[in-house]
Formats: sequence, C-alpha cells, structure tokens
Amino acid sequence: MIRRPLPAWAEIVLLPLVNIALAFVTVGIIVRIIGVDPLHALVLLVVGAFGSAESIGYTLYYATNFIFTGLAVAVAFHGGLFNIGGEGQAYIGGLGCGLAVLALDRYLPIWLMIPVGIAAAALFGAAWAAVPAWLQAWRGSHIVITTIMFNFVAAALMVYLMVNVLIAPGSMTPQSRNFEPSAFMPAMGGNALNLSLALALVCCVAVWVFLWHTPWGYALRTMGHNPEAAVYAGTDLRRMIMLGMCLSGALAGLVGVNELMGVHHRIVLDFPAGYGFAGIAVSLMGRNHPLGIVLAAVLFGALQQGGAELSFDIPNITREMVVVIQGLVILFSGALVHLPRPWLQALFALRRSS
Amino acid sequence: MTAAIELERIDKSFGSVHAVRDVSLAIEKGAITGIIGENGAGKSTLMSILYGLYHADAGTIRVDGQPVRMESPHDAIAHGIGMVHQHFMLIDSFTVLENVVLGAEGGPLLAKGTAAARSELERLSRDYGLTVDPDAVVAELSVGEQQRVEILKVLFRGARILILDEPSAVLTPQETDRLFRILATLKARGVTVVLITHKLREIMAATDRVYVMRQGRMVAVRATPETSPEELAELMVGRKVRLQLDKAPPHPGEVRLRAEHLGLIDRRGVRLLDDVSLELRAGEIVGIAGVSGNGQTELLQVLSGIRPPSRGTLTVCGRTIDAGHPGDPAEMRDLGVAHVPEDRQRQGMVAAFRASETAILGYHEQPQFSRTFLLNLPAVGAYCAKLMERFDVRPRVPGLRSSSFSGGNQQKLVLAREMAQQPKVLLVGQPTRGVDIGAIEFIHRELVKSRDAGCAVLVVSVELDEILSLADRILVMFAGKIVGEVTSGRADERTIGLMMAGARAPALGGAEGA
Repeated sequence: MIRRPLPAWAEIVLLPLVNIALAFVTVGIIVRIIGVDPLHALVLLVVGAFGSAESIGYTLYYATNFIFTGLAVAVAFHGGLFNIGGEGQAYIGGLGCGLAVLALDRYLPIWLMIPVGIAAAALFGAAWAAVPAWLQAWRGSHIVITTIMFNFVAAALMVYLMVNVLIAPGSMTPQSRNFEPSAFMPAMGGNALNLSLALALVCCVAVWVFLWHTPWGYALRTMGHNPEAAVYAGTDLRRMIMLGMCLSGALAGLVGVNELMGVHHRIVLDFPAGYGFAGIAVSLMGRNHPLGIVLAAVLFGALQQGGAELSFDIPNITREMVVVIQGLVILFSGALVHLPRPWLQALFALRRSS
Repeated sequence: MTAAIELERIDKSFGSVHAVRDVSLAIEKGAITGIIGENGAGKSTLMSILYGLYHADAGTIRVDGQPVRMESPHDAIAHGIGMVHQHFMLIDSFTVLENVVLGAEGGPLLAKGTAAARSELERLSRDYGLTVDPDAVVAELSVGEQQRVEILKVLFRGARILILDEPSAVLTPQETDRLFRILATLKARGVTVVLITHKLREIMAATDRVYVMRQGRMVAVRATPETSPEELAELMVGRKVRLQLDKAPPHPGEVRLRAEHLGLIDRRGVRLLDDVSLELRAGEIVGIAGVSGNGQTELLQVLSGIRPPSRGTLTVCGRTIDAGHPGDPAEMRDLGVAHVPEDRQRQGMVAAFRASETAILGYHEQPQFSRTFLLNLPAVGAYCAKLMERFDVRPRVPGLRSSSFSGGNQQKLVLAREMAQQPKVLLVGQPTRGVDIGAIEFIHRELVKSRDAGCAVLVVSVELDEILSLADRILVMFAGKIVGEVTSGRADERTIGLMMAGARAPALGGAEGA
C-alpha cells in the first residue's frame, strides 16, 4: 500500500478534528458505562460552553489562560526547550503582578496601573524561568527536571508568603487585601471575561512576528531544529536559551494578570489551577503555532466551562469525571496525535484510486 | 549463466517519489556483480527490497529460481542472503566473537554457543582469508578489520550471497584493495557477491558484471571487461561527463591563514589535533587527505572558530586566535572566513527550514537581511532565488523545505551561500559527499574559479581522487597530525595511501614528514 503524505488541509484541519472525535467517542463509551446518555451529555457540554453570552464569556476567560500558557510552551519548544514550568511561572508572575498592585494601586491611575501590573507579571514570570534556563545554559542541568521542580518551589513559596507575609490584616484565609479599582482589568461583558483576552491575542501576533520575522526568532528556531547548525552559524546557545526561556516565562506569567487583576482582585492561593500544565497540551494540539494555539485554547476553555456545567446538571458526572474527559482529549490530541494518520492516508489513497 | 537471484519488474514508491521503476536484474551465481548509480538512483532501495527491509509495490524476487517473499531481513538470511551495511552494526565494547554470535547465540547459555562459534569462526577465517582475532575488542580494531568482522558475521549466519553497500566509504586505498582481494577469495569459494557503489574505479577493479541505475531505472548492463569508466559515467548521468578537471597552474599570493603548532585535547585527554602547522595562501587550493576520523573534522572546527585550540595559534587575516583568545564562528565570518561544513545535514542547514532560511544561515544579521528588528523576508527570498540561479540549484523554489532538495542541490545551496560572500578564506569539508557526478563536476569547477579569483581554499576530503584532482598542495593527516606534504604534480595515490595509513615515507618523492 502506497502511503502518500496527507494534503495540507487534511493535516491541519482534518487530523485534529478526527483526534477530537476519537476522544469524544471514547468519552461517550465511558459516560455510557456510568449510566448517562452520551448524546445528552454532549449537548449539555456544548450548551454549557457556548449556549449563552455568559457561558461564552466564561469559555473565553478560561481560553485566555490557555493561550498564555500555550504560547509559553510553544516559544520554548521552537528553541528545542521543554518548559514544563509554566505552572510555577504563572504563579510567580501573579505574585509580581500582585506585589506591584499592592504597592502602587493607591497612587496610580488605572491607565498606568494596568501596564505596570502586566509588566510586573511578565518580569516575575521571566525571572522564575531564567533560573532553570541559567542552570541549563551554564551548568547543563536538564531544563525539564529543573522547571518541574521550580513548580513545587513556587507553590511552597506562595503558601509561605500568603500565610505569613501578604495575608490581609485580620483575615482568616490566606489572601491579600483587595486591590483598588484602579487595578481592575476592565471587564468585557458582565462576568469573568476581561481585557486580558485582548492582551492574549496581541501576544499571539507578537509571538508570530518574533518567531518568523525577527533575527532572534530565526536564531531561536535554528537552535531548536538543529543546535549544531546554530553553533556553526555563530549563535551563542547560552544567550538563546536565556532568551527563549525568559520569553516563555513572561508569557506564562501573564496568567496572573487575567486571574488576579481580571477576576480575583487580590492575591489568592492556587490560582494557576493546572493551566501551566495544560499549556503543554494546548501547544501540542495547536502545532506550536499561535493560530492553532488560539483554536486549541478555545476548545480547552469550552471543556472547562462546559464540563463545569455538565457536572452541575448530571450528578453522576463528578468534577473528577470532567477531568477524565479533559485528560482523554489531551491524550488523543497530544500523545496519540499521529494515531489516525495512517488510516486517513489509506482513506485518501482509496478515494484517489476509485 | 545460472542466476543466484533474479529480480523481476520490481517497483517501489515512497509517497510521491518513485524510487525504483520496473527494475529487472539477474545476479550470477559465484560472480561479483556491481550495481552502480548516482546517489538517489535507487540502488540502496533495490537492495533493501531484496534484503526484506522494504516491501516492493510490485514485482517478484527469485532465489535459485524459486519465487520467495521477503517479509523481513529474517527471510533474507534464511535464503542465504547477507548484507554488510555502509555503517557498521557492531557493538564497540564487545569482542569479535561476541559480535559474531549476537543474535545467533544458539541457546540460553553462552558458553556452549561461543565454543561452537569459535571453531566455526576459525574455519571461516581460514577458508576465506579473513584474519581477525576473535578475542579482540571491536573498538580497538581498525576500520578495515571491523568491516571484516561484519563480513564474518554474515558468513557465520550461512550466507551464500553477500551484499555490500558502499563498502569502501571508510577505507584507505590499501584497505580497499585488501577488501577486493577478500571478495575475490569469496568468489573463488563460490560465494555470490553484490557490490553497490558510486565509485567507477571500484566497479572496474572488482566486478565481473555491472548494472547501471539512473533515476530509479535500470539503464544498462555490461560485462565489466567490455566497458570503460567513461561509458559508465555517461550511463549513470545520462550525458557526457568530463572526469578530468581542467585547471591552470596556481598563483599563490599572500598568506591568509597560518596555523602554528595547533593542538586540540578533549576532556578525556585524547589528542585530537597534535602540533598541526599549515599555511594557506591566496589563490591556491590546499587539500587535506586522510581516512575519516584522523583529525580533519576537528581541524575544520578549529579553523572555523567553532572550537578553540588547546595549544598553538591560528592567525587569520590579522587576528590571532589561541586558547586564551578564542574566536567564534560569527567573528570568523566577519573576518572573511567562509566554511562549508563536512556534514551539511547536521551543520550546514536546517532540514525543516525553507531553502531561503537556510540560504542566510550564519549571515542572518547582515543589514541586507534584517532591518532594525525584523527580517526582510522578501529580500531573503530574492537573495535565495539569486543564489539558486547562479549555482543552478533545482528546483528553483526558495519556499521549499531544505530537506526536500537532493543531496547535490543542498550542497550547491550551502556552497552558494558561503561563496556569495566572496570570502578571503574558504574552508570546505567533503565538498562532494553524497553528491551526484553531474554536480561534482560543477562544484569542482566553482572551487577552482574561486581560487582563480584569489580566494584561499582549503579542501578536506576522504575521497583521494577528489583531492588529487582539485588540490595544488596536498597535506596528509593521520592520528591528528600532518604526516606529509605533497605538491600536486608529484602526487601519486600509492604514496599518499601509505601516509594515510600512518606509514611515514620520507624517502618518497615530494613527501616530507612533519
């Protein structure tokens, strides 16, 4: 049997759709087993995610976080670096954002406070990524290991700071004082969705320009595809590792803007809630391209929002069940992304011969 | 003629590439049959089909007249077919004996199997003149001996038909001659040999019959004594080819690059380069001959600024580089040193990049390609198109992935990129490795042209023929040292071959020890 490569459109559009379809079929079987009508569940999921202005708002609000962390993973990946530390970088980015706000929100007007908060989030996220990057570049410590460990360090650090340092006076829960309204990211619509979505889309364009239209992006991609060729070309790999990881960390740090300045309006614990890890799947599914990442992020946002509605409506489907659904989508569109390709190729070959 | 193997109307495609088209051939029993063709002509694919590594889309294979199905190398071995690959499949830390029995241990306990294997190995060595110490560790053997182990491995498994894929790629001329003597002995003992190569000289020296492949087709079959290298070259390429390179005598000018007592020692303390001194003048081509792995790669790395020397100094266009003042490739480029790396796939290009992106590798920060913050992509594309035009790179599509080009066209693109900068010094590693004859001719002419324009050219090649036809002066490297220098007029293959094998030959004309 002759296996021709798939046409481009099938590779970019059809293959991911088949992957998602496979995931949903598997989910359907599981849902059936626990005694729920899969079609009914699917309808609830879709309606929950896109059925009203409010649910669309939530879907896009979640998608915003996924865009940030997906872009973060993609930028590092184009440099051949597996940044598994998006979670920690998002956390520390939020810390930076929160500290800037707590220090300045009583003095700065909103049009100044918000850019300062964004810059602080990016800066802290970048700094948190810079340490593993430095260890990789100068000491050869593998970045996968160090970024994973830095997630734990970040979580422990935040608990310490929230419990002992940043806790609002007189409060019983570990959260900071409320931000002043000058640090509220303007809302888009009535609920959680805020201007951070626009920031995320701007970041998509910026990442696209950086990777494919600047000399640094060119050098970063050279390193990612072929480090030996990068050395041959005279690229300083250490500086490139620092650049790629700092950009990646900065993007992940922006999750803090969406969460803290956009929604919570104070520093809270555990706000990254797995977005950093999901970013890996988002980037993988979006083929490490900003446009693909936006689409994947919307899908993940929809699963998050629709899943929440689903578990609310059907008692059999618990929160954990929703996590299983998300996991299966990640499994099929991430780990098993190449599974259906030979089938599709056979199908195309059949169609061609008939 | 009795045929050991017959292939009938074999056809194979990979995606849109039609690698083997309707090929039929018959391999005579007890003879040496050559299959010659340029890179990408389909020789290796055809043999992989015979060996069960690929499945043909159509056609039949017959062994001793019986149609057989080759589902895997296992079937091939069962039918007495053995293959010696271009890249050895040996485990370096095992002994010869352990390597030979690997996969044919003959039982759960090693001792019994190895004892039987030892006596069998001795018999094979005796019968075929394949002398190797069964208890030697493979890593300590020379490349020629390792190849003998590969042949023994195949014979040990009962092969009566031996396929050798480009066996001389890693050998000195003397080792190649030795290999051919072994093949002659095998033939005398009734073994059928298939020799796949792109080297005309070897076909003429070793084979009885030769099949010529071009673009996936079998275009001719000749009895070797009745053909000539010129005819074979023409059949391979499909047009008349000039095998001899015309060039005027050199006019060496000022010294552009001077290396004095260069040494390179790696982390384990191994001397990769040992007291290497050389001068490179404007308007001359200096060739570095040597068996691969004798320090040529490291020499190029040091000269191009990729690795700093551990000892000695390197002076290039007024800049002095030593251990304390390392250079880097970007700086060397600014000084006017261009470098065509030995392994274009791994170093000289990025397979996943568009051709236009590969065309600016190392020069991407030049103002003509990048404005303040942005790459000037239209300018990059136009520049690539210009290079493709000048160096006849096909297809002429700057947007195509670099990996989609054939080896020869990739090499032309890399060469074009480096030559277009009009460098003062041009370092070229393996200029025609994996490049077809038509392109070799072109690349050699371009190198001579750039010499005549006053560039100082250093060519490193393991193909002695190439060094002999290109270089004005030849330096021979062995074990990290320069062991001899020969001016091109006085060069002969035999003398250089001896030096490549490490034998100093001070008495021979033109050779001076270093």
